[in-house]
Amino acid sequence: MTDPNSTLTPLDLETPEKPFLDANELVINMGPQHPATHGVLRVILRLDGEKVLGLECVIGYLHRGVEKIGEHRTYTMFNPYVDRMDYVAAVSNGLGYCETVEKLLNVEAPARAQHVRVILTELNRIASHQLWLGTHALDIGAITPLFYTFRDREEILKIYEKYCGARLTTHAFRIGGLQYETYTGFEKEVKNFLTFFRPKIDEYEELLTTNRIWVERTKNVGRISAQDCIALGVTGPVLRASGVKWDLRKAQPYANYKNFDFEIPIGENGDTYDRYLVRMAEMRQSVRIIEQAVNALPEGPIMAKVPKVMKPAAGEVYHSIEAPKGELGYFIVSDGSTQPYRVRVRPPSFVNLQALDKMCRGQLVADVIAVIGTLDIVLGEVDR
Amino acid sequence: MPDEIKSPSAPPPEGEPKPTADNPAVPGGVKATSSGSVQAEAKAPAEKSASDAAAVPAKAVAAATAAPPAAKPAAPPKAPVPTPVPWDSPIIAKLKGCYGSGIEPLTYAGQNYMVVDRSLIPEILQVLRNEEQFDYCVDITAVHYPTREKQFDVIWVLYSFARNERIRVKTQIVDGESLPSSVPIWVGANWLEREVFDMFGIKFDGHPDMKRILLPDGWKGHPLRKDYGILQQDNEWVQINLGIESGQ
Repeated sequence: MTDPNSTLTPLDLETPEKPFLDANELVINMGPQHPATHGVLRVILRLDGEKVLGLECVIGYLHRGVEKIGEHRTYTMFNPYVDRMDYVAAVSNGLGYCETVEKLLNVEAPARAQHVRVILTELNRIASHQLWLGTHALDIGAITPLFYTFRDREEILKIYEKYCGARLTTHAFRIGGLQYETYTGFEKEVKNFLTFFRPKIDEYEELLTTNRIWVERTKNVGRISAQDCIALGVTGPVLRASGVKWDLRKAQPYANYKNFDFEIPIGENGDTYDRYLVRMAEMRQSVRIIEQAVNALPEGPIMAKVPKVMKPAAGEVYHSIEAPKGELGYFIVSDGSTQPYRVRVRPPSFVNLQALDKMCRGQLVADVIAVIGTLDIVLGEVDR
Repeated sequence: MPDEIKSPSAPPPEGEPKPTADNPAVPGGVKATSSGSVQAEAKAPAEKSASDAAAVPAKAVAAATAAPPAAKPAAPPKAPVPTPVPWDSPIIAKLKGCYGSGIEPLTYAGQNYMVVDRSLIPEILQVLRNEEQFDYCVDITAVHYPTREKQFDVIWVLYSFARNERIRVKTQIVDGESLPSSVPIWVGANWLEREVFDMFGIKFDGHPDMKRILLPDGWKGHPLRKDYGILQQDNEWVQINLGIESGQ
């Protein structure tokens, strides 16, 4: 029995492009308070049913004006601020900043400092990838990896805590080298960690790599081609998973990475699954680098001769490093005074997030969550 | 342990670095900034004395790199001030052949960049992308020099995967002048240009979506300009949208 007064027409499932209640295209809002956006990312989705037609990111909720603060602090005082950008990879941020200022000052950190820097930075890469794996798997519905990765990440944080007293925003490096000599037993603890951690990577892989749910949720999801990555400026594991063998540690070696033997893992399809595999392989390579560095740790000073009041000569320098998320660059303009005239941070997360639209088009809403996870963004760095 | 840097828990009071024997505190040598007042400083890095500075500082730079700790901090006046020096390469020769004197290639601290005339920007970027394989636009940013006639430096950092080479293109524009958008050349320039607009108020013509990115849409002012104080905010926006008297 039909109501003759009803204005509703029955839903035509055969031709879904025909408007029904003019609701064919739906605009919905996701975030900024959403557990799967890894912070305060707001995404405006245009949907056709479950299918994503396009999306727009709204960012800036965590904007603290880091670049402006940099212009009002001395070179030394700004150093701890950079830890607060990508706070899960604070050590990498510090390395990039210190090396950039060292370039301006024309000094180089001593060999021992360089080695310790590499050890701590690679430990940080592992910690960052562990946090990524735990939260990414959690987003997709696997809770267990989170407990595994956080259990093991704790060991890295303990090393940091013993070395510099902080676990997250470490401020581990100083311009010109290191502030602290390594503590007694540092080398042994790092080696112990490597022995402890190697089988753990296999454990993570056992949970996920051939897990049918994981594979279904990640294979062919959020694909991006190498050309698109390059055009969008996407770097890091995302670029490598698309098949581009490019890593700044090899392409333009900084610190003393050229002394270490390691490979650049790459993927083929540029999908979420490949990005997962690339990051897993990267953790193994980091273990290799740390092992070489800790076995060849030279004796000697840990600090280059740098003036107490730093006044780099007027000039400008761009320097970038391979952070866990991609190319992290610093562009610093000096006017010869004690404070930078301008500090520009080129954050990998910010630029990589731009690819979200491209990667999500044609996918389902649930895949947007997977893609945000696989991009491995940290909103503290996106918004600065 | 070397006598460097105090831990961040005890920083020297801002604007007053401790005077040392070799680095006496110079009044006015540091910026007093904690007041939040408008800063108008007559400072602009000496950067364009390249053509007459010749190659001597380059050698000095190279020598200093070879033995960095040798330079004693006790004698800063002796160390020659490094200045940008010209560089040359097939790209430069080619670009110079096409565009003549509008390009000034310089190198500083081992990094190559070129200062390009504003009018040549669209062509140069296009040529670098299409013919010289600079296919990755790393960054776009700007620097504000309020005392200069051409107040803004706009900088493109470009990288070529094929050549494994990084280069910077720099141009100078006056306040209010716009630049052609490079989104048609590199899609990734989209957000970078939006950020430059947000922070400096420099518009990019032909950009598909020229609006603020980090600050709210209705915000007034561009915070990375030098005349925007560090504690300054858009009070009206804060009061209307956050319902508080001040964000400070």
